[in-house]
Amino acid sequence: MYILGIETSCDETAAAVVNGKKELLSNVVFSQLKIHKPYGGVVPEFASRNHLKKINTVIGQAIREAGIKLSDLNAISVTYKPGLVGSLLIGISTAKALAYALNIPLIGINHIYGHIYANYVNDNRKKFPGIALVVSGGHTSLFLCRGHNKFSLLSQTRDDAAGEAFDKVSKSMNLGYPGGPLIEKMAKAGDPGAFKFPSARFKKGNKLDFSFSGLKTAVWCTYNKNINVKNFNLHDLAAGFQKSVVDTLVRNTFESANRYKIKSILLSGGVASNSSLREAMQEKAKKEGLDLFCPPKEFCTDNGAMVAVAGAYKFKKGMKFEFGLEPDAAF
Amino acid sequence: MFTINSESSKKTEKIAEKISLLLSPGDVICLIGELGAGKTCFSKGLIRALGVKNKYVVSPTFTIINEYQGKYPIYHFDLYRLKNENELEALGFEEYFYGKGITLIEWADKMKKLLPKDRLEIYFSYVNENTRRIILKPKGKLWVSRDMESFSENIGS
Repeated sequence: MYILGIETSCDETAAAVVNGKKELLSNVVFSQLKIHKPYGGVVPEFASRNHLKKINTVIGQAIREAGIKLSDLNAISVTYKPGLVGSLLIGISTAKALAYALNIPLIGINHIYGHIYANYVNDNRKKFPGIALVVSGGHTSLFLCRGHNKFSLLSQTRDDAAGEAFDKVSKSMNLGYPGGPLIEKMAKAGDPGAFKFPSARFKKGNKLDFSFSGLKTAVWCTYNKNINVKNFNLHDLAAGFQKSVVDTLVRNTFESANRYKIKSILLSGGVASNSSLREAMQEKAKKEGLDLFCPPKEFCTDNGAMVAVAGAYKFKKGMKFEFGLEPDAAF
Repeated sequence: MFTINSESSKKTEKIAEKISLLLSPGDVICLIGELGAGKTCFSKGLIRALGVKNKYVVSPTFTIINEYQGKYPIYHFDLYRLKNENELEALGFEEYFYGKGITLIEWADKMKKLLPKDRLEIYFSYVNENTRRIILKPKGKLWVSRDMESFSENIGS
């Protein structure tokens, strides 16, 4: 059995093939990062146009590298939400046309759940029941995963996503885009204790919710106050900011595990490639006697492999092609 | 033009609540100011005051637009990641502005040329860690005809 996974929800055009044993046979990602870099963020109209330019090449390469023919495919899975509608549409339309022509089922994948499945790429160890933290430029959410495709949302950010905070802080410190790797690099040579930022915590409502907007503002204020001060160390500021984000993510994740008596934690999303977060999670997991799963960095950012694997776990014998799949911007 | 100081995020939400009383379908509100100046906080207060019960009213930076259904449809835009006005035109943003909902636009200064004549511009600036200055600038006949004078007398209290 072969399943093709297609991902175009934001600025990566990606496709991958897995076999019946859920082994990854190919994984092609075309990143538009270079195109968007001068603008300090993703430009939706560009993203959509570039997906259109690249999608056939990317799929063709994924099929070739897997050593199969299009006609060997048994199903196609594609990200249908959430994301930029114009971008999603390119992936969905291509997947629909292919599945229709090949007369094979089309499986819609929620991008966020796809991120969780990045933990199952070339790794079929049992991880559910688990607590999944999906943390990226657009999302910061905790899920209780009772089993395959049985996920419920526990909490999410009330304002900015963690990755968004990295991007905005990076921009206000004049470091550039994307903010994650740049802040991480700056923070390495800094003292995380030099500038202490509180980690947001809610008294009212869902205590597991996240908030990074206040932190973003606090860092910006500190930057402006100190920019002309002698010996002001940007490394320290980056380290202090990063520590606050990491502390919040670790705290809420383990509190969820504790609340639901879960022994397994799954990390995913672009921010999960941050070394400081991975280390802090690992350390805490060891201390608490929990298992921590975290995909290799290449599967943390958007990719087709996670969509293909999620599709493989959703695929059922007797599934038929259906036209109904539509893009949706919201979760 | 009216200037109000807000000493906390709670007060910013309260001010938004009071402004919500002035609104009717088709209104466009432009929010302008630096990162962390209170635009999203204000939006939250306004969207909730318009009867949206969603637990999460979040930053639309990633999605560019979030839609809500309250008393009226509400379109919450964030142009932070966009650069060029041509792209906005291509995305069909005007359809929202001249529709039946209430449109909130963060970073509206990025698309000055495309904004409708009738709009309420709200400027946010940083005074100190907790305090923000909020300036209301009604633009166009529609907003000038509204009784902003008596409204502004109790908005700050």
